[in-house]
Amino acid sequence: MIVMLREQWDLLLEKPWLVPVLLVIGFGLAFVIPEYNLLSVYVQLILMYVGINIILAVSLNLVNGFMGEFSLAHAGFMAVGAYTSVLLTMKVLPMSDFPLLFPCAVFAGGLVAAFLGMIVAIPSFKVRGDYLAIITLAFLMIVKSMIENIDFIGGPRGISGIMKFTTLPWVFFWTVALVWMIRNFIYSKYGRGVLSIREDEIASDLMSVNTKQVKLFAFMLSSFCAGIAGALFAHLLQFISPRIFDITKSTDILIMVYLGGIASIGGSILGATLFTVLLELLRPSTMAALLSWLPSLIFDPLNEHFISHLGVWRMVIMPLALILVMLYCPRGMMGLREFRGFIPRRDREAHHYINPQEKDPHGAIDRH
Amino acid sequence: MALLTATKVGHHFDGLCAVADFNLELHYGDLMGVIGPNGAGKTTVFNLITGVYRATEGSICFKGTELVGKKPNQIAALHIGRTFQNIRLFRDLSVLDNVRIAHHAQINYTPLEGLLHLGRYRREEQRVIDNSRLLLAIFKLEHLAGETAKNLPYGLQRRLEIARALAISPELLLLDEPAAGMNPNEIDQLMDLIQWIRQEFKLTILLIEHQMKLVMGICERIKVLDFGVTLAEGPPKMIQNHPKVLEAYLGEIPDV
Repeated sequence: MIVMLREQWDLLLEKPWLVPVLLVIGFGLAFVIPEYNLLSVYVQLILMYVGINIILAVSLNLVNGFMGEFSLAHAGFMAVGAYTSVLLTMKVLPMSDFPLLFPCAVFAGGLVAAFLGMIVAIPSFKVRGDYLAIITLAFLMIVKSMIENIDFIGGPRGISGIMKFTTLPWVFFWTVALVWMIRNFIYSKYGRGVLSIREDEIASDLMSVNTKQVKLFAFMLSSFCAGIAGALFAHLLQFISPRIFDITKSTDILIMVYLGGIASIGGSILGATLFTVLLELLRPSTMAALLSWLPSLIFDPLNEHFISHLGVWRMVIMPLALILVMLYCPRGMMGLREFRGFIPRRDREAHHYINPQEKDPHGAIDRH
Repeated sequence: MALLTATKVGHHFDGLCAVADFNLELHYGDLMGVIGPNGAGKTTVFNLITGVYRATEGSICFKGTELVGKKPNQIAALHIGRTFQNIRLFRDLSVLDNVRIAHHAQINYTPLEGLLHLGRYRREEQRVIDNSRLLLAIFKLEHLAGETAKNLPYGLQRRLEIARALAISPELLLLDEPAAGMNPNEIDQLMDLIQWIRQEFKLTILLIEHQMKLVMGICERIKVLDFGVTLAEGPPKMIQNHPKVLEAYLGEIPDV
């Protein structure tokens, strides 16, 4: 029975119409949900955060997972994208007349972040591993203190009163477009170059891979996506300050990546979703609302002794979960594996190793 | 005309002389061996030719192009392929991907076409896959295309490395101890293979090897290095009886 279901499922995944149909349904839902309030505003907000976090996790995975470097600068790129787009929508573009200029502002945020990504890529030509991690950390600190010291953009107080332009359809569009682009990048000659740099940089250079160019593209694409995510984030939160984009933000994205699994787009999507949703579920108000159907005989003591204290335990439970994942599943949920549907047809055989059923007989987590 | 000419090439690591006054002339279709005791500078010569190290003195000319100062990937794109003494495959990638990656410089599409999977992307990728499969078939690795490279047995990893080097469609192939760790039977197979690919791909081959059976069996000329200095050069017969070579390998032979 289960075997049959599995076969049917595999057959369904093979259908060429599957992806377009899912996209149309998704887009339809993204428009319909806010229009008719099918879900509460709170749930819509969470959905948008999930989308933004997916962009962040997948793009960070390009550098940390696929290329095997360790970048901590992602929050910095986010900040650059957020500030650029906010300056554009608040001071430059006539947004009240043309609200459709919003994607241009978001795109501009991505471009400026990509330019900074190029600057970060240059030290990566010479430096690897831990040393590059420290350089990216330094970059993050520079960006943060630069913003804090420019009074024109609010300094440490940040900018408030940003118009809420980020909507569910926009988040859906950008998430799909950027994840698709990163997936395309990975399954192109540049993406294979990125993988070969992770495996053996010198051998890759000797096999005619232009490692500098490949690194440059990977860093720029990754930071471009982070910039766009930052722009969307700013116009959703409606308030930005340098404190939002500090090392904790980078750490959050790292957790999503390593929870989901390195070198896996599907893993990052899962990781970002799980992280965002779990963190929200652990809020006392959300948990109370979710469990309110219980009879008061059970609910009241539960609420008094457990749920109302969740706020304190939230930040203990999440890292604890991460420790457990790292101990028992060190590659994350989908490390080095991929959903079949994400792999282009002609690449499927070459990515046989991503087969989920395959156990790693050598336990070779040697390098990660 | 010579395919590769090295004139007075020298290399120092912080004062330590690895190779000095190295001269080499390779003609189209040559099969030349480089031998010498461990630490003689044989692999350094390969690293100088392929651009891993930059020669501190002298010049290396490949088909009229100066190689000194070029990056390894630029040199590889000029169709100089190599293998490594200690196998350096992309271990966690599939056999097919290992061969596909070596096509990098020959794939013609822009980053934008790669990002959007448009334009020349489809045609080029298909061409590379077909060519890679062909190479794997030649090396009898076709059925392992989807296997992770590190899971292959040692002998097949060696073969895959040669296949990968051929993927950059080399005119000059540098083989660094291809027979290391092989038993006599496997060495016989390897000798046949080297001679066969040499004809089939019209290669010029330079190889480093310790197995005298292989070197003496297939090389037309042999160069002997010791402490970075060329001791002798000539056909196998001559090298076998060269007094300096015997001295380097066996220690000084007392006059009787």
